[in-house]
Amino acid sequence: MNTFSIIGKPTAMVDAAEKTTGAGKYTDDLSVSGMLIGKILHSQYPHARIKSIDTRRAEALEGVVAVVIGKDAPNPYGILPVGHDEHALALDKVRYVGDNVACVAAVSESIAEKALELIDVEYEVLPAYFDPEESMKAQTDLIHDNKPGNLEKDYHHAFGDPDKGFAEADQVAEARFIANEVTHAAMEPHSTLASFELDPHTGNLGRLTIWSSTQVPYYLQHKLSLVLEMPMSQIRVIKPLVGGGFGGKSEVIPLEIIAAVAARKAQAPVKITYTREEVFWAHRGRPRTIIDLKTGVKNDGRLTSVKARVVQDGGAYCSYGVVTILYSGALLGALYDIPNIQYDGYRVLTNKPACGAMRGHGTVNVRFAFESQLDELAAKIGMDPAKIRQRNLLKPPCITVNGLRVQSYGLPECIEKTVERSGWQQRRGKLPKGRGLGIACSHYVSGAANSIIRSDMPHSTVNIKIDRDGGVVVYTGASEIGQGSDTMTAQVAAEVLGCSLARVRIIAADTDLTPIDIGSYSSRVTFMAGNATLRAAEDVKKRIAAAAAKKMNCAADDLTFRDDLVFKKGSARPVVKQDQAEEVEVTQAGASVSGRVEGQILRGSLQQKRKEEGPIDWMTFEEAVVAAIDFHGALSGTGSYAPPPEARGGKHKGGGVGPSPAYSYSAQVAEVSVDEDTGEVTVHKVWAAHDCGRALNPVSVEGQIIGSVWMGMGQALTEEMVWKDGMLMNAGMLEYRSPSSVESPEIEPIIVESIDPEGPFGAKECSEGSLAATIPAISNAIYDAVGVRLHESPFTPERVLAALRAKRKDKALNLTEGVDPTAPARFREHGGSLCFKGKGPERHALDPARREPPASAGGAD
Amino acid sequence: MKKELVELKINGRAYELAVEPSTLLLDVLRQDLGLTGSKRGCDESSCGACTVLMDGVAMMSCVLLAASCQEQEITTVEGVSEHGSLAAIQKAYGDWGGAQCGFCTPGFMMTVKSLLAENPDPTEAEVRTALSSNLCRCTGYSQMYEAIRAAIAAEQSGMAAK
Repeated sequence: MNTFSIIGKPTAMVDAAEKTTGAGKYTDDLSVSGMLIGKILHSQYPHARIKSIDTRRAEALEGVVAVVIGKDAPNPYGILPVGHDEHALALDKVRYVGDNVACVAAVSESIAEKALELIDVEYEVLPAYFDPEESMKAQTDLIHDNKPGNLEKDYHHAFGDPDKGFAEADQVAEARFIANEVTHAAMEPHSTLASFELDPHTGNLGRLTIWSSTQVPYYLQHKLSLVLEMPMSQIRVIKPLVGGGFGGKSEVIPLEIIAAVAARKAQAPVKITYTREEVFWAHRGRPRTIIDLKTGVKNDGRLTSVKARVVQDGGAYCSYGVVTILYSGALLGALYDIPNIQYDGYRVLTNKPACGAMRGHGTVNVRFAFESQLDELAAKIGMDPAKIRQRNLLKPPCITVNGLRVQSYGLPECIEKTVERSGWQQRRGKLPKGRGLGIACSHYVSGAANSIIRSDMPHSTVNIKIDRDGGVVVYTGASEIGQGSDTMTAQVAAEVLGCSLARVRIIAADTDLTPIDIGSYSSRVTFMAGNATLRAAEDVKKRIAAAAAKKMNCAADDLTFRDDLVFKKGSARPVVKQDQAEEVEVTQAGASVSGRVEGQILRGSLQQKRKEEGPIDWMTFEEAVVAAIDFHGALSGTGSYAPPPEARGGKHKGGGVGPSPAYSYSAQVAEVSVDEDTGEVTVHKVWAAHDCGRALNPVSVEGQIIGSVWMGMGQALTEEMVWKDGMLMNAGMLEYRSPSSVESPEIEPIIVESIDPEGPFGAKECSEGSLAATIPAISNAIYDAVGVRLHESPFTPERVLAALRAKRKDKALNLTEGVDPTAPARFREHGGSLCFKGKGPERHALDPARREPPASAGGAD
Repeated sequence: MKKELVELKINGRAYELAVEPSTLLLDVLRQDLGLTGSKRGCDESSCGACTVLMDGVAMMSCVLLAASCQEQEITTVEGVSEHGSLAAIQKAYGDWGGAQCGFCTPGFMMTVKSLLAENPDPTEAEVRTALSSNLCRCTGYSQMYEAIRAAIAAEQSGMAAK
């Protein structure tokens, strides 16, 4: 029997109508009186020293209110405490094409744009680094002076005895995999509106209010406080609706700081909204990753050892880089039972936009490599690829060799279900020529067990207020970004309080109103904010129960809250008292409006009447609430969540990244066909099983699984940021090739519920873990279809064709033959929409790209 | 540039506005009229978030000059709700998970509305083709197809009841 009344049922999101009617407000939809429009001047060079900036001509333009540059806000910041290497606007150097140089606040967008052209910047161009392996060799002209060899961070971990593991292996595979750079491309371009109030006591600029498209309002508040030198309590961050994040809004994006700095100087509200091209420059996506992977297995399929050397092309700033490179190593563990792991990770700086966190943070590219290699090894030992995965399952509860605690573990069921639904056993190997099936697995954290800023503070706190009207208001800092955070919160509160969803109102992500929650990233919201909501609801329920129990002459523990009623356990409700309950509803519904209001505010005539009737064994939710307020004087509850110490990981350097209170699991089978003449890959169907602990809202869980698989398919087949000399060649939604509805396969989501012992009602994450399995599932299916193993993503027709020709020992096709025969002397020789015109500026004389021909596209396939 | 007076008919109401000849319909909707349901996702007619109906035909308002839209019936997402309640397609998108972050949703509402007006019972292939003018980064589109099917069923049963 289902013991839940709210959770587990497909539920429309609480904000669905706002979204389908267009009534909901995103940041760019907001305006305040006297608001100016801000536009940012971006660097046209990938690496240059700023010799001078002259803003006088821009300032003189009619309609321009303020122009800000680096020295207006010189304090450094960065999302990680170890990576404070960014400035609101460049101080002395620009480090990528698109770096932020100046900002104009003007009365209109067109005037601001005009003013940008009037800012005179004198640059001294420096040699730039675009390839991470080249960049690591740099001796001079470092991107950041304090980072020798342009190395942001490297880690070297060995768990168990990797060499002994390889010695014991019967088969060893070794290969280089490359996953090219992808970005979030959320539908809503970033936007920020900053507005200062005048302080009544000092008469000067006082409190700052920021409306911003952010996944992390509290981190934004913290970084604004650093840069603006204002106390956090004087900064209010409000997150309106956010049009998708995927990690791209999970740190402080330059415009968020710049808008505040510009508003301060202009002494007027300033709104900045990125153009789509600026969104691509702001980036913070998944870095191009080079993975040298070696894996050993016994003939019985058991993994003996894994060795990975990972180089990430991190772009010009640290961003989340240190965390990304750690995730890449840490999450080699916790999926399978691997006794020995060696990991060498290098996060390298290059003169390109900074990479950061993107859905499946740090794990996706390494998972592509690992699952591909596992497939290869299965073929070597003649084992079914599904079986080799089943052979290496963990036996939870356990702690992995690299210190990750695993409790609930739905992977076995995920594999079983996908194999069954896809007809793996019957169909694999029997499909027509050019068509194949591939399997792969993945996992992800349900929130990082350690927050970015190490402290003992709870990761989520939730307050609940219930007033005499019986309305439940939940105050949560959790950030709804489209994933269903607010709906999850309402469901959990309503389930615990036994009230209808309609009673619950969510006030979220407003630093003045809501208690701290560290934000929507690392798939932490359901697990952490969900637990905090559950505890806050339990807290307030306890108070209601105490008062209701007094009225009913029973112990508080004997009460059940359900269907907007509070009744004695084992009492005849809901069967016998049903009529009576309905009668009450009718009475209430029949009362006049003023009568109802009076009833609620002035204790309630109904209750007054019932008081005289003697002992009762049930009350309506509203009656119980009124009784509790009368009894306690006020009614509120609070709850918080911090991950338990035993889930926080090993003590080794970098051991803080990777641990999570719970992991989600996924197994997928992809069915693809490959056109051997053109190299085009078509994904026909993906069966995706995901262990989400418990599905609080199945329609949302399925939506998250499908969305993850779909985004993974984009990375597998079409999406890629294409660079030429630090210039992004495809900064548009169509050019970036985000798949449209005609290119998207059927995806069959399969929910697996392992019921985690610590998750809220057993729930874990469902929004990221599925992405990583899709890429290798497709790659393995391509191998099954045409027998070529692809080592570089995305699997474009060009790369597939090259691999097919290599297999047939045909002459390699050079599709760029004859193109760009000489090394370019100038940047940006294509026509683009960038704000500077013509052929682009000249390269530095010592720039290596000027002397050496550019590397040919295609790679090691 | 000198502004000109134009008269636009939007969601059945007439508006008289002074706009520059180069002003885009999307900017008039969002900035002059506060109809912010139509979204700006790309500036270059590639994402479809700004889709409106011009005499019932889905068009992208980010590449339409406002001054060229006179004497046409413009419908934005704000004009889709019927008689003070959600239209079948709006309700279905909510129930079936067709909207996640919701930023692309208004554009999809207009595209689907235009599709169903022309073809009340489209095949899945026809739905996919119609929807390919709009991009979504959250849903992978699958739940939208279910929502559209549910909306068609709701419309049909609603008509049968009448």
